[in-house]
Amino acid sequence: MDNNYNAMWEGLGLDLKAHDTLLNFIENTYKDVYFSQRNRPEGMSYFDFVISEAHGLRIKELLDEKKQGRKIIGSFCVFVPEEIILAANATLVGLCAGAEFAIEEVEKFLPRNTCSLIKSSFGFQLGKVCPYIESADMVIGENTCDGKKKAYEILKILMKNFYVMDMPQMKSEHGKSLLQIEYDHLKNVVEKLTDFSITAESLIQAIKTVNAKRSAIHRLSDLRRVNPAPISGLDALLINQISFYDSPSRFTESVNKICDELEKRVQQKNGVFSEQTPRILISGCPQSLPNWKLPFIVETSGAVIVGEESCVGERCIRNLTDESGQTVDEMMNFIVDRYFNIDCAIFTPNPNRVDHIQEMVELYNADGVIHYGLQFCHPYLIESIPIEKELEKNRIPCLRIETDYSIEDTGQLKTRVEAFIEQLK
Amino acid sequence: MSLHFAGIDIGSRTVKAVVINENREIVVNLQSDTGFDPINEAKNIISSLTYDNIMATGYGRNLFKISFNTSTVTEIKAHAKGSRFFFPDALNILDIGGQDSKTIALFNNGKVKKFEMNDRCAAGTGKFLEIMAKTLGYNIEEFGLNALKAKNNLNISSMCTVFAESEVTSLIAKGENRQEIARALHNSIIPRVVSMIKRILYDGDIVFTGGVAKNPCISYMLQKKLNCHIIIPEDPQMIGALGAALLIAEMKNKK
Repeated sequence: MDNNYNAMWEGLGLDLKAHDTLLNFIENTYKDVYFSQRNRPEGMSYFDFVISEAHGLRIKELLDEKKQGRKIIGSFCVFVPEEIILAANATLVGLCAGAEFAIEEVEKFLPRNTCSLIKSSFGFQLGKVCPYIESADMVIGENTCDGKKKAYEILKILMKNFYVMDMPQMKSEHGKSLLQIEYDHLKNVVEKLTDFSITAESLIQAIKTVNAKRSAIHRLSDLRRVNPAPISGLDALLINQISFYDSPSRFTESVNKICDELEKRVQQKNGVFSEQTPRILISGCPQSLPNWKLPFIVETSGAVIVGEESCVGERCIRNLTDESGQTVDEMMNFIVDRYFNIDCAIFTPNPNRVDHIQEMVELYNADGVIHYGLQFCHPYLIESIPIEKELEKNRIPCLRIETDYSIEDTGQLKTRVEAFIEQLK
Repeated sequence: MSLHFAGIDIGSRTVKAVVINENREIVVNLQSDTGFDPINEAKNIISSLTYDNIMATGYGRNLFKISFNTSTVTEIKAHAKGSRFFFPDALNILDIGGQDSKTIALFNNGKVKKFEMNDRCAAGTGKFLEIMAKTLGYNIEEFGLNALKAKNNLNISSMCTVFAESEVTSLIAKGENRQEIARALHNSIIPRVVSMIKRILYDGDIVFTGGVAKNPCISYMLQKKLNCHIIIPEDPQMIGALGAALLIAEMKNKK
């Protein structure tokens, strides 16, 4: 990072030495993974810049917003409705992390067999290396899987102003009522925090802002349907990852800008990989920043990733919120409708997910699916077996991978992925 | 002059090399220990070979590719190809090598349909058997034969190499029969292999490759448990290298 942000980080209470270690790690990994790619779209330079300033300029912006009286709210899940947060005059940032950190500290609080995603959030908190956590005025946890909801009981003690939102587990009328009650309650809590009552005007504005962000990513996803792929899976994943941190309107503008460029590439048949490259859909657990392990292996083994059926990907952005609501109540109902459709594996049963995967295979012209499961993530790991069977019944090759954030299994994963790609040729 | 094609399989325990001629006849078949410097060992082996094209497989394939700028293939595809050379109708392959084990199901045309690999650790692989043989004071060659001679069944509950070793030590201390302990150790890895087989293979004969296929007790136990015919190539350890040689020959002939 060019500017010296040490004073800012110190002010936030970060452990500067540990934080430097983390930044160096991210910078080096980023260089190896991203700058080794060929023929990247020029529009990626904006996202490169965002990454290089993720802990610098972006944090400065958030702190400036705070000075203006705006609140910062952190979340760990795509079920936290950004519309409500924005409408109440607050900014939402994603706190899920994709790297192992301070593991010895983490294991004082969590059993070893906890998934990497949860451990990582703890590591960033305990290691005092995440300026987003430290900037947040409130953090929202949500009762999705057992691992997260039990971990939140501990995180609630470790973090200031931690709020837990309950979640339904079944797609029933009861389930929907629960989500509605929880969203109403969340609205009250956020309004109290920001001292601002959501109005129809502020809410419709927020709905439009978030929809615009989703629509921009939809546009990007549509361009990934083309063969040869105009953008790598790594770059597209990065854009999805950044959607959780960046200023929504600027992000939307930048995604649309890169889409303009990609449209030209498509006309010129200018791809990042040749037309013969096998096309892969990734499905399963989220891949949070800076987790690029699997896509890096895939795209350096002779295949291209054309879609992510994941919380960092299609699961997060699939549907728009209906913009036809007139009153706050109507809009809140539409928000509930939109989020209740999310096909997270915590729901039982969850038949829509396998349908969505098959739709995506067709839409993005994928030759096969790699199911990405984090070790100890029971909801996704258990779902992966029936999903694999269903896909194979329909002659869609599927490889199930179970891994974590460590790098020790890279060789094994590479063999599996290469063998799967050989299978697709 | 006739063209020659080489396949080199750089495994965790041994390096294997096979050379075939244009008529797909095997002209060289070599093996040596990998040691701690697989690339050097691979270099030694290939310096003794004469060939026109080479393809690498095994866990060291990508290192080899960097050093020698050759094409590579995964062990999975190589074993599929090599097995079909001896058994043209094979649909099921079980490969247990030094540090991993895999099952491979093929389509009728020989293409890989589906594969499974064991997880990260060496449980149930050649390395496990090697360490256990040593603990009991057997050569690896006589380990399986002695296990077959055991009269009674003992139980060893741990598949983890470290824990199993301490279980063995306490069984020895208790004065249990050495052959019976050997038998129990073989038995302990069978469930894991069987579940990999049942998950993806078809019913019917299974071609068994890799160094562990040389162990008569493992194939006997699998046969008994699965009630099917386990087919073992004459030299099961060279199948991966042979597959790589066949694949590079095919690639070059197409051009």
